Amino acid sequence: MRHFTQSAALAAVIALGLAGSALAQDAVPPGEQPVDPYVQSNANAGAKPMDDTRVFEAFRGKDGLVRIAADTVDRSMADPRIKEIFATTDVPRLKRTLAEQFCYVLGGGCAYSGRDMAAVHKDMGVTNRDMNALIENLQLAMDKEGVPFFAQNKLLAKLAPMQRSVVER
Amino acid sequence: MRRQLLKALGLAAVVAGTLGCAAGATAAEIETGGKLLLTGGVSSLEGGAGGGLATWAVIAGNETNNGVGGKVHATYVDVSDYTLRAAGAAVGLHDRIELSVARQEFDTGATGAKLGLGKGFTFKQDIVGVKLRVLGDAVYEQDTWVPQVSIGAQYKKNNQDAIVRAIGGRKDSGVDYYVAATKLVLDKSLVLSGAMRLTKANQTGLLGFGGDKNDSYTAQFEGSAGLLLSKRLAVGAEYRTKPSNLGFAREDDWVDLFAAYAINKTVSVTAAYVDLGEIATFKDQRGVYISLQAGF
Repeated sequence: MRHFTQSAALAAVIALGLAGSALAQDAVPPGEQPVDPYVQSNANAGAKPMDDTRVFEAFRGKDGLVRIAADTVDRSMADPRIKEIFATTDVPRLKRTLAEQFCYVLGGGCAYSGRDMAAVHKDMGVTNRDMNALIENLQLAMDKEGVPFFAQNKLLAKLAPMQRSVVER
Repeated sequence: MRRQLLKALGLAAVVAGTLGCAAGATAAEIETGGKLLLTGGVSSLEGGAGGGLATWAVIAGNETNNGVGGKVHATYVDVSDYTLRAAGAAVGLHDRIELSVARQEFDTGATGAKLGLGKGFTFKQDIVGVKLRVLGDAVYEQDTWVPQVSIGAQYKKNNQDAIVRAIGGRKDSGVDYYVAATKLVLDKSLVLSGAMRLTKANQTGLLGFGGDKNDSYTAQFEGSAGLLLSKRLAVGAEYRTKPSNLGFAREDDWVDLFAAYAINKTVSVTAAYVDLGEIATFKDQRGVYISLQAGF
């Protein structure tokens, strides 16, 4: 009987431990869908952060980037050229991780919690034309936020090499 | 003069229509468009994609690796003692191969009489070009200094064989070979391009090929530097060295200051101030360069 109690306590501890680690991995932010587990790392952002924070400031900080990311996604989902790509997308998650990615690469001090670019875009069949359409939507979103053209290009310079991981055909 | 410019524009429009129809017919299988504004360069004087006077490594048209694109242009250059009209078309295949044609008309106007050629004497030249992108991507590869590199050739045929020979030229046709490297430095909103051209052409071939002073190929340089001021507007400068093969007149390097403006994805305009130096004994040939382009 005491033996059983001990075992039960051990099992409970193990279960709690597992639940704890699962919670760290799978904590689903409100409004988002669960995703398969993956290793979170800032390296997944696909670019090294800038040292100079002036560009981040030109984007009006994290708040500006949240607006720009959301507007880029909204425009792309309404864009006949590429909207089909987003048919099954978890939109709140995409907006959140996109803002994190922009913030991280602009040296804004955010952590990027999303997957890497190759994993995110795997089997989507994204073309250069699709990627350029998204860039155009991003440019419109940055224009709307009032980001100066030269600062816009500094973010685009960070994102452009991701074409290698994003474009499949 | 105005009528000839209109003719050139008319020709460009006809070619644009033809290319447009061809694009429409195959749209189901091969996609068109997709490049970002101005990333295909503008039309160079010799027909292919470039900066104006200089040839670049970018491929003409708005297409990406999965499609076809094309561009037509009409260009008018008016300097102190001469005018030059040019019109042409280029097709880009899969952002990899570019085929181009151009006709140039070098009108000596009143200067023709002073040169003993007769008032309004005009040299005409046809150019057929091919360009192949061999490595790099000028736009996406922003994490490396490696530029987009293309190689190309231009066959040029002048219609004034007798005059070309009379002024010391050796042939009325020739082939230029070049390698061009172009890089968008997005971080700095700059576009840089350089090309090395092997040529015998006198005034790009308008005064024939080879000469009494030199009849060998020489390596010449073409460089462009542009600053992007917006998605639609780039300003910059170009420099193009030239051989000096003819004994009767020195040939100078060419320089220009340009502004290229994309009205939309179809139409763009280039305006430049050009200094073409000495042409056929007439010095300081400075003036304007206007080019209208339409593409898909």
